[in-house]
Amino acid sequence: MLDDFLFRAALAGVGLTLATGPLGAFVVWRRMAYFGDATAHAAILGVALSFGFGISVYVGIIAVALGMAITVASLAGRGHTMDATLGVLAHSALAFGLVAASFLTEVRVDLSAWLFGDILAVGRSDLVVVWLGALAVLALLAWRWQALLTATVSDELAVASGLNPRREGLALTLALALVVAVAIKIVGALLIAAMLIIPAAAARRLARGPEGMAALASLIGALAVLAGLAASLRFDTPAGPSIVAAAASLFALIALLPRR
Amino acid sequence: MHLISATGLSVHHGGVDVLADIDFAIDRGEIVTIVGPNGSGKSTLVRALIGLEHTARGEVVHQTGLRIGYVPQRLHIDASLPLTVARFLCLPRWIARADISAALARTGVAGLERRPISALSGGQFQRVLLARALLSRPDILILDEPTQGLDQPGIAAFYRLLSDLRHELGCAVLLVSHDLHVVMAASDRVICLNGHICCEGAPRVVSAAPEYRALFGLGTGGALALYQHVHDHDHEHDIGHGHDPEHPHSHPHDHDHPHPPPHPPSDEPPHAG
Repeated sequence: MLDDFLFRAALAGVGLTLATGPLGAFVVWRRMAYFGDATAHAAILGVALSFGFGISVYVGIIAVALGMAITVASLAGRGHTMDATLGVLAHSALAFGLVAASFLTEVRVDLSAWLFGDILAVGRSDLVVVWLGALAVLALLAWRWQALLTATVSDELAVASGLNPRREGLALTLALALVVAVAIKIVGALLIAAMLIIPAAAARRLARGPEGMAALASLIGALAVLAGLAASLRFDTPAGPSIVAAAASLFALIALLPRR
Repeated sequence: MHLISATGLSVHHGGVDVLADIDFAIDRGEIVTIVGPNGSGKSTLVRALIGLEHTARGEVVHQTGLRIGYVPQRLHIDASLPLTVARFLCLPRWIARADISAALARTGVAGLERRPISALSGGQFQRVLLARALLSRPDILILDEPTQGLDQPGIAAFYRLLSDLRHELGCAVLLVSHDLHVVMAASDRVICLNGHICCEGAPRVVSAAPEYRALFGLGTGGALALYQHVHDHDHEHDIGHGHDPEHPHSHPHDHDHPHPPPHPPSDEPPHAG
């Protein structure tokens, strides 16, 4: 079955949603949507640098995404608002990434594959990377869950309880960089944030607790992957955008449910 | 060793001294009330003592392993986060269901376990915050203006609850109050703050006096007491800590010390504190 490209695609997509569900919930709770965007856009620069220096694409993406997150955190503390800082950095990273990629004449970089993803080209080794990455993120979030949730509810209550909200935020940043690195092949840099936010936002209406919302977000994400792949096959549409479109449809459907 | 102590503590906000040279210590079992006018740095002081403020000078020392039960003045929980009262109480430590129910009952909001946090009234949320603080088995309870919005019998009942909790838990209580004159009778010390410590002392317990009865009515059960300010310095010559020179003191009590007690709170202009 692993020989079938469609099965590999579905398996990779579902694996990814294991991580994007809970992580996306935190992105929504902590209002980090734009932060996720900036990290994802920075990945393009990571891809270009990886090809330039001949290192693993995953390593390049994680390094640049982490660098981006740390830059954002330090700039935001110096009189710039978070919004403006992210606005500057997200687009700069994308622009520099595209410029850097254009210098790579020797290696032909198929930019559209990185911008929009190519889930149908996922190979066995990619599958291993996606699942390992997703499980690592899941393990990190599970380990820090209570502390992260406390810091999300209130930094002040967290400090009074002897926790360090800054360190918990760093764990989340690391998780985000990991997810971006493994998701870029599946939905592409431009749509990674959508896979984080849309399923989690859709899950909010149905959930009564944080754990339920995280699990529902994963479930909705997985449904979107399967529905998107099916639609892509049937209508011959690009797979990454079809998956995000399916997630958006699920969001709309849930939003239209009658009030309980 | 003190539970929390501060020496020479100064805090700046945007280059302005909010707190200057504060020396403070609180010990196990003590009840300390901090009073002061608006903008006098009461909240900043408790936040600095917890470790929530960047200190410009001086230091704050916590007893090793100190457990703080903090009830902030306000807390906004993002509506995107679905959270029931019971789940909220299980942060950051998981708590047995029976203990949750007991803590909620103790703070007067029994049966709210399954209610979403967003559906609570301000008063209920305050009680839930207190319940959460209790569940952490605190060495010290720190409450920032917990009686805001309560009427006088409500305040008295809340103070009785705090005093009972102090005995049950053996913890210290650090309380910020916006009322300059009527304080919790069980306070061991009252600290009057206005950027610096203006005066400090025990409240006058006058619950037996007939004038007091007349003022506070019956049923407050001796939970309230008056605090007599004895300021040993004159603010008109005291420039440089943020006072408006035209109005050397923004709080309503006059400075011909000592006050003639009792001082009815109802006579006060709308709160300056």
